Amino acid sequence: MNAVLNLQSVSRVHGEGVTEVHALRSVSFRAHPGELVAVMGPSGSGKSTLLTLAGGLDEPTSGSVWVEGTDLASLDLAGRARMRRTSIGYVFQAYNLIPALTAAENVSLPLDLVGQRARAARALAMHALEEVGIADLADRFPDEMSGGQQQRIAIARAVVGERRLILADEPTGALDTDTGEDVLRLIRARCDAGAAGVLVTHEARHAAWADRVVFLRDGVIVDEHGADEPDTLLETSGSTR
Amino acid sequence: MSIRQAMLALLEQGPMYGYQLRSEFEQRTGETWPLNIGQVYTTLARLERDGLVEVVTDAESGDSGDGDRAHVSYRATPAGLEEVAAWFATPVPRTQPPRDELAIKLAIAVTLPGVDVAAIIQRQRSATISAMQDYTRLKRTGRAANPDAPADLAWSLVLDSLVFDAEAEVRWLDHCEARLRRAASEKARVRPSVDAPAPSSQEVVR
Ligand SMILES: Nc1ncnc2c1ncn2[C@@H]1O[C@H](COP(=O)(O)OP(=O)(O)OP(=O)(O)O)[C@@H](O)[C@H]1O
Ligand SMILES: [Mg+2]
Repeated sequence: MNAVLNLQSVSRVHGEGVTEVHALRSVSFRAHPGELVAVMGPSGSGKSTLLTLAGGLDEPTSGSVWVEGTDLASLDLAGRARMRRTSIGYVFQAYNLIPALTAAENVSLPLDLVGQRARAARALAMHALEEVGIADLADRFPDEMSGGQQQRIAIARAVVGERRLILADEPTGALDTDTGEDVLRLIRARCDAGAAGVLVTHEARHAAWADRVVFLRDGVIVDEHGADEPDTLLETSGSTR
Repeated sequence: MSIRQAMLALLEQGPMYGYQLRSEFEQRTGETWPLNIGQVYTTLARLERDGLVEVVTDAESGDSGDGDRAHVSYRATPAGLEEVAAWFATPVPRTQPPRDELAIKLAIAVTLPGVDVAAIIQRQRSATISAMQDYTRLKRTGRAANPDAPADLAWSLVLDSLVFDAEAEVRWLDHCEARLRRAASEKARVRPSVDAPAPSSQEVVR
């Protein structure tokens, strides 16, 4: 089975010399169609770094990142931007909504950018907003909404259209437990329908929705369980002990 | 004990046979706390002795209840209903924490040299999250996924309770790990001044 996301020995070093930070050290990681993988680890362990690399928002210092069989390093900026809009749904740890756009416009933005007809884009956006339970806020602006509502807009934006890879960084942070669970249910449903998902969380209750849980410490995968693919297990066991 | 009150509370719905009580209980709690039928009858006998339930004779047949127990149904007496009300009105006591093998294991492990506490923590966390994945799978499939009947909703809430309990354990493990790491790095920083004969003032400042 071809992985939707494949990180091969990826390292990311920030800064130089005394200020050098090894955010990720030779991490190999895959997510397959239909699979939801949770990434857990203490603050600063490299979870967001892993996700931004997977989403093509940052480049590895060494190693390679493949999305749907394409090495992201082989794409130019425009190619990577297109990949992000069509294949990748990204939920940021801070929601990153555009203040000048309404909820519905924020959600339909990735569709508009790839040339979807406005009416079709609006319909898809409304559907996604319904799925996160706030279709009635479609015409509000981000600063007119609560934190939890903004978070749900961000989630709708990540799952709108047919994304093959959903990357979510603490997507339930501002939500109460019941609403948080709805969001997990939604991401889970997208994976059950064939997408691959990576869920960064420090809450075990949320990680429990995943098929596989990967533990990061100081930029290294220290443990992994629930792996259904023997090869992924072999890949990571090298760094375990 | 909670089984006793739970059974009594179920009888608020009306008279029931012993096996009916068991099935009503398990509809709400799944197989989490299995009840054997002998336990049900023993409990009913005690409740009857205490005047909290009474036997309903079958179709006024004159059956006194001393015959075949499977055909005897029970109903809560007014005193029984009062006890149920009191149970709902009183918080479950937390005074005596249940013995927690994990807490005991770690409490011993951190004091013994040569025990890899970090490995114990990671193994436990992994196992506990596995169990949480099983509960979550039950929650998103089966009758807990789309709870229509009140008993299905009850079952999904019991699963939530298991998940939250396990989560508390994982959070505590995370906390232990962070504290042990901090303690280890503080010890590493302090040690030179312990081993060295007398640190110079510059060294201390540094
Ligand atoms: N732009 C940057 N410049 C320098 N260091 C960075 C930069 N971005 C991240 N880091 C460092 O890389 C490490 C990993 O950061 P990362 O954001 O991936 O952690 P995280 O696991 O997502 O933590 P949290 O749970 O707090 O969100 C941290 O030590 C962080 O300080
Ligand atoms: Mg982060």
